[in-house]
Amino acid sequence: MTALVAPTQQNWLLLVLRLRTFVALILVLAYFSVMAPNFLTAANAVIVSKHVALNALLAIGMTFVIITGGIDLSVGSIVGLCAMVAGWLVLNGVDTGLGYTVWFNTIEIVGITLAVGIGVGLINGLLITRLNVAPFIATLGTLYIARGAALLSSGGRTFPNLGGSEEMGTASFPLIGTGTLFGLPVMVWLMIAVALGAHYISRRTPLGRHIYAVGGNERGAALSGVKVNRVKLFVYAFSGFCAALVGIIIASQLQAAHPATGETFELNAIAAAVLGGTSMSGGRGRIFGTIIGAFVIGILSDGLIMMGVSSFWQTVIKGVVIVLAVVIDQAQSRLQASVALAQEAAASR
Amino acid sequence: MTGEIGLSIRGGVKVYPGTRALRGVDFDLRMGAVNVLVGENGAGKSTLMKVIAGVETLTEGRIEMAGREVQFRTKADAVKAGIGIVFQELNLFPNLTVAENIFIGHEPVRGGIDIDTASQARVTRALMARLEQDIAPDTPLDHLRVGQQQIVEIAKALSQDARILILDEPTSALSTAEVEVLFRVIAELKSQGVGIVYISHRLDELMRVGDWITVLRDGEITGSRPMAGVDIPWIVRAMIGEKTREFPRTHAAVFGDEVFRAQDITLPRAGGGYAVDHVSLSVRKGEIVGLYGLMGAGRTEFLECVMAQHPASGGRMFVEGEPLTERDVAGRIARGIALIPEDRKRDGLVQIMAIRENLTLSSLGLFTRLMHLDLRAEAAKALDFVKRLTIKIASPENPVSSLSGGNQQKVVIGKALMTSPKILLMDEPSRGIDIGAKAEVFRTMRELATQGLGILFVTSDLDEVLALSDRILVLANGRITGEFPTGTDAATVIAAATPSYKKDEAA
Repeated sequence: MTALVAPTQQNWLLLVLRLRTFVALILVLAYFSVMAPNFLTAANAVIVSKHVALNALLAIGMTFVIITGGIDLSVGSIVGLCAMVAGWLVLNGVDTGLGYTVWFNTIEIVGITLAVGIGVGLINGLLITRLNVAPFIATLGTLYIARGAALLSSGGRTFPNLGGSEEMGTASFPLIGTGTLFGLPVMVWLMIAVALGAHYISRRTPLGRHIYAVGGNERGAALSGVKVNRVKLFVYAFSGFCAALVGIIIASQLQAAHPATGETFELNAIAAAVLGGTSMSGGRGRIFGTIIGAFVIGILSDGLIMMGVSSFWQTVIKGVVIVLAVVIDQAQSRLQASVALAQEAAASR
Repeated sequence: MTGEIGLSIRGGVKVYPGTRALRGVDFDLRMGAVNVLVGENGAGKSTLMKVIAGVETLTEGRIEMAGREVQFRTKADAVKAGIGIVFQELNLFPNLTVAENIFIGHEPVRGGIDIDTASQARVTRALMARLEQDIAPDTPLDHLRVGQQQIVEIAKALSQDARILILDEPTSALSTAEVEVLFRVIAELKSQGVGIVYISHRLDELMRVGDWITVLRDGEITGSRPMAGVDIPWIVRAMIGEKTREFPRTHAAVFGDEVFRAQDITLPRAGGGYAVDHVSLSVRKGEIVGLYGLMGAGRTEFLECVMAQHPASGGRMFVEGEPLTERDVAGRIARGIALIPEDRKRDGLVQIMAIRENLTLSSLGLFTRLMHLDLRAEAAKALDFVKRLTIKIASPENPVSSLSGGNQQKVVIGKALMTSPKILLMDEPSRGIDIGAKAEVFRTMRELATQGLGILFVTSDLDEVLALSDRILVLANGRITGEFPTGTDAATVIAAATPSYKKDEAA
């Protein structure tokens, strides 16, 4: 017990560091509440949460991918592609080539679009597991392919007027992005549902444990009987699912689908995950951390807008926050490791 | 043999956390001669060499060169003093050319700006001529055979004017012809006055090239003399002592039915031949079978075949008489096979996960209904295994990386046992753990066998295989070359493990 001069002090520091994303959230909230008078109002809270929801959904999928030690750069493009798929189905249906067109209702359109997103995710997963392409390159490839496909679908034009019609059963399509339920936007409910589901998978299922094991030591996991390839297929498919959901929400919210939708979204998603404590080298990260990370980024940008800070400065500040988060993360893991080492050294004596 | 002493260590002590790797070593390195160093795994050979090469520094004691004390704080210091080392694991860059590899870190530059490739190539060509090798300087390294790569490592040391050259197990990956070349190179260097330290497990090889022999056991020097008059029994006595450390059975051995059988297991080696060459063996319930072999004999590869790590492997396996048809690890674990890998860090554990999570990683199915993990049942089971294996820990929630080597090894064993195996495969079960923990791991193995588990362990530690095995199998060049009952003497086992080179060539 000689090495630990002030164990309680150390434990406090560790607790603060562990909850650092949460602390950061409180700090930005408090700051903007004081500086921007209209910030802490119910109306503004709803607006902010809508902005956050989209990034958070992408970041949840991204978190699983990063925990396995991978990266998914294609999510922004999948958002765009899926927005176009949904828009096409609402507007044009599917021409069978046999002289008649098949139309789908809202639920069917959502199902098909999600399947497209999952499909692109599975392609990522297959490239990575079967053909041994590095995740960065595989998803960079699908980033371009999916974006190109989105542009081709409309010749670069926007699909307008996605209001839907009673007749086709698509009148409810705009509700996904604009509707509210018990006072909260539908998209926020979707984020909450996906977050809870992902949290459950990560903490209470063998699949979740395997995701962490693959990221911590892929070879060791394989030798322990973990089916590494299946785990990877799942995380990329799930990331594709999340991206498709965002694509549908955006098409529905704007009642229009533009092929450039979702450009650079992947970077914001990575930022939220990293800010939330996900380690880029794999094996570490939590869904709730990611959600809080997404909120910090969202509140930061909305708050700065309300204060009238130039958008150029906003970009700089966002970057500083992300780098700072990683630096603190390093300090925390070092401290945590040394505390555990001291405890175990004492126990084995 | 000039016998002039080029470097000596006096009272060398090296302490690592938890172990004393060297305990007061006096070592003389003679120039123009081959100084052979032998000892079991963990005897301290590598530590001693790392100290000389400046990779590690002594905790106590002094290094002297030409009567003056020297201090090597870094490898660069040692290089400056004319000491070169060729590690067992080659430190080369497969993506660079031979010349680039030789000059990595000390490239000749023109005017302090660009690399003088012409002089680099010229010196490389001269080195290759000196080493009798027909290798062009601009050959990419990954086009060379392992033996040739070893020569490149030696050339690298020589390019820095090494007067002392340390070779750590240089022949473990070499073919017979390549070994002959290496021996010629050694003879030539010797005649040029270079002092060579030669570490190897292959006793016949040592007897052939050595001029002086030093034997290490548990960090102490137990024998040091000129090679003339030395025979294998003398070396073995110095290596493992008069009396082997014993881990006797507490119960009389009762072997049950055959639990595991392997038939004609083969694993083709890249570039022809077999790494595992038609190996057949069987293990009975309650039996501990020791598979002994030197570096590169194919021990680990054989276990990897059993654990479905090599899709190219051939042969048939049976668990309790039933053929083993599962092609993936999970399937084989389900059939009752469990592996404790040699390299805990790389293969055995997920270092950043908690002790609990590591223990249960192979057996999550036990706590899962539909998709739901019962965390309470998992924690209880983990705690149960911590107690059964007497793993000393503060909390099962701490990362496994915070444990000592011995306790980490117990976690790996616990993970394997939780899958309720019928046959336990252990690869070098005592590698990297101190003597106290070793004894405990061995005791655990005995207990498990008494409870009816079949254990197949592979080792390159003679002491270990003699002390623990109910039956000893010897592996050399991928083939089973001997089978001995418990109580066989060490020299016989060693002889089987080092078939002479002539026999190899005929085969």
